[in-house]
Amino acid sequence: MLDRREFVQELLVDRKDLAVVSGLGSPTYDVAACGDHPFNFYLWGAMGSAAMIGLGLALAQPALRVLVLTGDGEALMGLGSLATIGVKQPANLVIVVLDNQHYGETGMQPSHTRAGIDLVAVAKACQFADALHVSKIGAVSQIRDLVHSGRGPILVQARISSGAVPRVLPSRDGHAVKLRFMGAVSRLTPDA
Amino acid sequence: MDERTTAALHWPDTIYGQFQRVGIRQVGYVPDAGLSRLIELCVKDPNIHDVVLTTEEEGVGLLAGAALGGQRAALLMQSSGVGNCINMFSLIRNCGFPCLVVITMRGEFAEFNPWQVPMGSITEASLKLCSFLTYRVEDEDDVDSVVGAGCDMAFGSDLPVAIVLSQRLIGRKEWTR
Repeated sequence: MLDRREFVQELLVDRKDLAVVSGLGSPTYDVAACGDHPFNFYLWGAMGSAAMIGLGLALAQPALRVLVLTGDGEALMGLGSLATIGVKQPANLVIVVLDNQHYGETGMQPSHTRAGIDLVAVAKACQFADALHVSKIGAVSQIRDLVHSGRGPILVQARISSGAVPRVLPSRDGHAVKLRFMGAVSRLTPDA
Repeated sequence: MDERTTAALHWPDTIYGQFQRVGIRQVGYVPDAGLSRLIELCVKDPNIHDVVLTTEEEGVGLLAGAALGGQRAALLMQSSGVGNCINMFSLIRNCGFPCLVVITMRGEFAEFNPWQVPMGSITEASLKLCSFLTYRVEDEDDVDSVVGAGCDMAFGSDLPVAIVLSQRLIGRKEWTR
């Protein structure tokens, strides 16, 4: 099993202009723990929307690599969006689900993945270009390569341990985070 | 062909014309009979990413992502879909994303299906509670000016705007087959 902070830290090494949308709860804290970045869009709510935000962004900016980093509970709430993404086949979109098989923010109640519901199988059924399980830190460089250059849509279900880690809280000001992100995009593509 | 039927064939083209004017590049939708012509126009347009959704709430995320990437987007849905979106609208309000939603009404004028009435009767009130500006269109002569004004408010002022197309405008013929 993976340590979530170590895995996310390694995944975001040398991230360059990688855009990251983080699902509410611990994934947002994990991304923040790697350091704030203009290409981070942190969610603190709107549970189930992370993958679709990634799709809208990926369609708008096909030259930008888009990583949605979310939890099993958040991904399960937006399960239909995997079908929607499968229809559109965005080549620049990667979804990494940090799967601790529990709803961590609400008291560690077991999630559906605890019962064996397989998000990789769902993604494959939704015609993702690639979908895989990962549970060892040795695989992180392969996942990082997929994030930066794999043909999407890709879903990675990363089995992390369910131990508690300190919260690292980024800005909750949605306007500020949005404007900073849009500014970073416009500097990348001045004519957009 | 009576006047209403003729007009019913034209209002989707009018809305599509406004989409072109303001540069809509992504359109998310859950299919609806009343929206079929507008959806068809958007799907045919190579400059528009047409995204068919499994549920309307997905469209709210799509629209936020489009805005983050610098593209303008619109959502098309039937009135029943508004109820599916309520929590996702927090994304719009908390971040100040522009939001343009075109809604075809059910559960009102000449409705034959009582199951459409509970959501249809609270659609506009729900949108207002979610801080949307709502513009209702009853007459086809108003479609161009109202949709145009709504587009300008949404994208000029970064506001959530709902264009509510009444069931009377869409035409009762569709529902009585």
